[in-house]
Amino acid sequence: MNSATKGKITDVEELRKVAKKIRINILHMLTQSGSGHTGGSLSAADIATAIYFSKMKFDAANPKWDERDRFVMSKGHAAPLIYAIMAEAGYFPKETIDTLRKVESPLQGHPCCQKLPGIEVSTGSLGQGLSVSNGMALGLRLDNNPARVYCIMGDGEIQEGQIWEAAMTAAHYKIDNLCAVIDNNGLQIDGPVEKIMNIHPIHDKWEAFGWHVIDIDGHDMEAIVKALDEAETVKGKPTVIVANTTKGKGSVIFEGKVEFHGVTPTEDEFNMAVKEINNG
Amino acid sequence: MGERAEAVETMNATSEKKPKATREAYGEALLELGKKRDDIVVLDADLSGSTKTAKFAKEFPDRFFNLGIAEQDMIGTAAGLSLTGKVPFASTFAVFETGRAWDQIRLTVCYSNTNVKLVATHGGITVGEDGASHQALEDIAIMRALPNMNVIVPADAVETTSVIQSVADQIGPFYVRCGRAKVPHVMPDDYEFVLGKAYTFHMGRDVNIVATGIMVDAALKAAETLSDQGIDAGVINMASIKPLDEAVLLEAAQKSKLIVTAEEHSIIGGLGGAVCEFLAENCPVPVKRIGVNDSFGCSGSSSELLKLYGMTAEHMVETIKSSLSI
Ligand SMILES: Cc1ncc(C[n+]2csc(CCOP(=O)(O)OP(=O)(O)O)c2C)c(N)n1
Repeated sequence: MNSATKGKITDVEELRKVAKKIRINILHMLTQSGSGHTGGSLSAADIATAIYFSKMKFDAANPKWDERDRFVMSKGHAAPLIYAIMAEAGYFPKETIDTLRKVESPLQGHPCCQKLPGIEVSTGSLGQGLSVSNGMALGLRLDNNPARVYCIMGDGEIQEGQIWEAAMTAAHYKIDNLCAVIDNNGLQIDGPVEKIMNIHPIHDKWEAFGWHVIDIDGHDMEAIVKALDEAETVKGKPTVIVANTTKGKGSVIFEGKVEFHGVTPTEDEFNMAVKEINNG
Repeated sequence: MGERAEAVETMNATSEKKPKATREAYGEALLELGKKRDDIVVLDADLSGSTKTAKFAKEFPDRFFNLGIAEQDMIGTAAGLSLTGKVPFASTFAVFETGRAWDQIRLTVCYSNTNVKLVATHGGITVGEDGASHQALEDIAIMRALPNMNVIVPADAVETTSVIQSVADQIGPFYVRCGRAKVPHVMPDDYEFVLGKAYTFHMGRDVNIVATGIMVDAALKAAETLSDQGIDAGVINMASIKPLDEAVLLEAAQKSKLIVTAEEHSIIGGLGGAVCEFLAENCPVPVKRIGVNDSFGCSGSSSELLKLYGMTAEHMVETIKSSLSI
């Protein structure tokens, strides 16, 4: 049975519960591996949860199922997020998350499609996922395959020139079976995105590049689902959702803290954060 | 056969034998492939007239994607297309294809092991007048260093046609380097390229020249001159640079006193590098590398440049004689 036939989660409250589980598993994974990216995994957790569990058609038992929707985590350092989701979706046994970043684990530091079925393409060098998503969307269109492509990028990531090459391509080829999401958490490694290399006005830039742009609160599950629905109805142009988020979302320990980009929680921080997430 | 028919056939045969650029053969082979297989898609970055992918584009506009002057995006898009079962051929000049988009090739083609065929044209100094910015002399080295990548440099039109068919039939990343300038036919008409297999014209007892691309022709001419002077020089066309034909190299090294490599590329990291790496570990013999000696190219006609950089048959003869201390 695949999740297309199983049906998607339509209840927003239910999705919120799943997102909590995802956040806890991200933190569990990171705490016990002692290395990995905390802030950017947590900020995109609601978006990715909604994409996988309310929208995407996939079959975890048959990751190459032809009609599956495709997902690309362009900001590959958010690997713990995608692993937590895949574990929840049944791509691999839950215990596997304990092998994050260990020798010979399918859960590499950044997603590797050769080691983990269900990952469409390897990422980790920023700026490349949107081009690959375009290619997949074009290929699906050539085959009259109704599947859709989802791609999550970081706001810092869009400083990469290749993103704008791909932005032009998607509009030029009227790629409407693609929905991109920018995890607009305002931070990158060296500080606030605005200070390091300003990318604003994001909305106007993408609009000028020919995209349908939807701005939302990236932690408002209802808004996320609505935006994903809207994206499906837009024809003749690609859609990008600018999801305004908080880096490290879930616990005050990490929220808005640039230092938690690539730092993992201590055991104590983990326990405190889990409480906070469960109460939140 | 009547006299007239025979005359026509001879004419066709000789016109077939006219020098032809490997990029020209690529464009034709691609068009033929496109007719046979609808999973073939082609990408270019605003150089389709020069890379000759325009022929395919004209016939199959729905399966052709011009990405504009955006090589990195072209590679990523090609990877994406391959992930939906298409067999993408992505082309631009060798400098831009490999240099500008190296990290993209590394991540989304090689590390992801996608079925992307990179066929670059304008490899080497015979790009000519455009000068150093457009003359790829490091592309073989930087493609060869990537795991999963196969690297092929055809010597003439016949070989190019066979190579293109072969890479379309095999799964995995390929880099094929074609040239801008017209080159003479060196391979037999019935030749078929096999990955990892070199073509031995002759195995020499004194020296063996292991050449690739346009240097195969120069090697054949050099071998003829040397033979006239009593030196038994062999010529091996190593179109398959990765994987190398190790068996033939071993034989050549065991049977002769000197191995000479010849390529339209820097002597660092390309065919010469690959041959030295293999022989140093497996059958250490004297090796002389002919190619561009750690420098950039410059403007000029291709024949002038080949002379300037010491890549002619005459130069090869001199190098071999002095290396053999004759
Ligand atoms: C091409 C490339 N350059 C640099 C890096 C190192 N790096 C990893 S994450 C990151 C910051 C990413 O910021 P953003 O896209 O905003 O992600 P988020 O804040 O959501 O984690 C950088 C520079 C990289 N992975 N790839």
